[in-house]
Amino acid sequence: MSTIRTEPVTINLGPQHPSTHGVFRLRVTFDGEEIIDVEPVFGYLHRGTEKLAESRNYVQIVTLTDRMDYVASMSNNLAYVRTVEKLAGIDVPERAQYIRVISVELQRIASHLMATGFLLNDLGALATPLVYCFRERERILDLFEMLCGARITLSYMRPGGVFQDAPDDFWNSLNTLISDFPNYLDELESLITTNEIVLARTIGVGLLSDTQAVDSGVTGPVLRAASVKWDLRKANPYEVYDRVKFDVPIGNSGDTYDRYYVRLQEMRESIKIISQCIEQIEPGPVRTETPYFIRPPVGETYSSVEGPKGELGFYMVSDGGISPYRCKVRAPSFINLTPLKDMLTGWKMGDLIIILGSIDIVLGEVDR
Amino acid sequence: MYGLGLFKGLGITMKNLVSPSRQFNIVQYPNRRASPFDLAKVDDQNPISFIATHPIKTLRSLLGLETLVDRMPQHANFRGEEFAWYDRRCTGCASCAKYCPLGIIKIVTGTSGVNQQEGQSYDIDVFDIDIGRCMFCGLCVEACPYDALHMGSGFEEGKYRRSDLVINVDQLKAAEKKPSTWFRPQLTDRGHDPIKGSTADWDQVGRHEKPSLEDQGERWAKR
Repeated sequence: MSTIRTEPVTINLGPQHPSTHGVFRLRVTFDGEEIIDVEPVFGYLHRGTEKLAESRNYVQIVTLTDRMDYVASMSNNLAYVRTVEKLAGIDVPERAQYIRVISVELQRIASHLMATGFLLNDLGALATPLVYCFRERERILDLFEMLCGARITLSYMRPGGVFQDAPDDFWNSLNTLISDFPNYLDELESLITTNEIVLARTIGVGLLSDTQAVDSGVTGPVLRAASVKWDLRKANPYEVYDRVKFDVPIGNSGDTYDRYYVRLQEMRESIKIISQCIEQIEPGPVRTETPYFIRPPVGETYSSVEGPKGELGFYMVSDGGISPYRCKVRAPSFINLTPLKDMLTGWKMGDLIIILGSIDIVLGEVDR
Repeated sequence: MYGLGLFKGLGITMKNLVSPSRQFNIVQYPNRRASPFDLAKVDDQNPISFIATHPIKTLRSLLGLETLVDRMPQHANFRGEEFAWYDRRCTGCASCAKYCPLGIIKIVTGTSGVNQQEGQSYDIDVFDIDIGRCMFCGLCVEACPYDALHMGSGFEEGKYRRSDLVINVDQLKAAEKKPSTWFRPQLTDRGHDPIKGSTADWDQVGRHEKPSLEDQGERWAKR
């Protein structure tokens, strides 16, 4: 019996779709249930951050970086201020470096919690595990409120340090959080890691081999899930990462499950880093005196940090004025979308959502 | 065993439902109904004496007519609306306007008057902050050299028109001064907490102690 002839159907997923994590549009061509072609379309959230930066001075740009990856503002701030410090040759006091590392690792936990929660939401575990993740994330946001007065758009870091020292009650709350968190992670893991439904839906789905990952420039948990041990915190230690001990968790095969599991283990490593930082931190100044209008010497520089989504880098060109001549952002969410077509082709509609969710994109960063 | 994960998951959900350490912080924003016990707690009385002394309030609360304000706990460092601006400290230097990333602060200064703190300065005729466009980054507060501008702690500034969101100089002068301790460690040192409702006058918010009249004279002579 000959099969019935079917035509490929093109469907628009998004831009307004709850599972695309923002205003992201995918033109997907299906042959029956099977994906045969994918074309990502983005730019719906383009705000021209890079161009706006050219008309702001070096401190004002910190507020723009908050709005790129809006679930991990602290990492964006760090990547930006490190570039300005490299460009202008500003030293950072030791205490400020420790506070930076603590706050960035907290932000990494918050971001990974959100990625895990929404991955489960996409899997169909509607709302319950997501709110468990959000409840813990809320505690981290409370810490940020103590630290810098805001919860999402933090603007905490300044070229030359952080703008103010942490208040006294911050350290108590941080210690409570750190002692509670491993238990919470155990609970979250027992909910997900061995769950048959999660295993059936994620193992072997959305495979990304190590060579493919390296070739397409993917970084962060997505790369490490493909068993490539590459972490800028180890490979090129910045701030005080060379003084703390931590492991870089890697996955085995590079499937959706590995990407989830690498994130979960990274949260545990972050807790380790924070507790070591609390032990090592000493009182002192948190900010180098810098002029209001920083005028770096003429030149260009690139500097990057390991953000929650991958390598987050800033390339800046200075013409000696108070604002940069050019500010280019290497956004990990954007570049992690490169192998999307390879990962999606051959899978079904339901897998599309979880594969996209496991890359953990934030559209503010994809479009900038 | 197949299906074990399901029961494990149900167990965790049940644990989260009953365990007090895993409870969500539920807030009945903006008001919650108050029981007589809640009202007694607010009045710092024991419930029995409260019921005995306030029978009408007790009856009203049992009928569900008494309410209490219910908010998420906020930290004193929270940066929000209701800017606290001290006209006696402000010299009209416009550092805040220059430093604002969005350029939403408008300052027009007039002929010079005499400022209490710094001697001669400008009169401020216009001081508009368009908080409809403000992103509360706090750079204006950071830039203020005389501690005249402070962040507030509010977040409920709903208005019907965008033009109502432009705060002018008279509103800023008349507003209740509850400065946030954000970027103002001197306020924390003095035990100021805007969330608990403490206000601060112009001579209490500076990073230095208030200079005596003699010091002011000396400073004046140095110029």
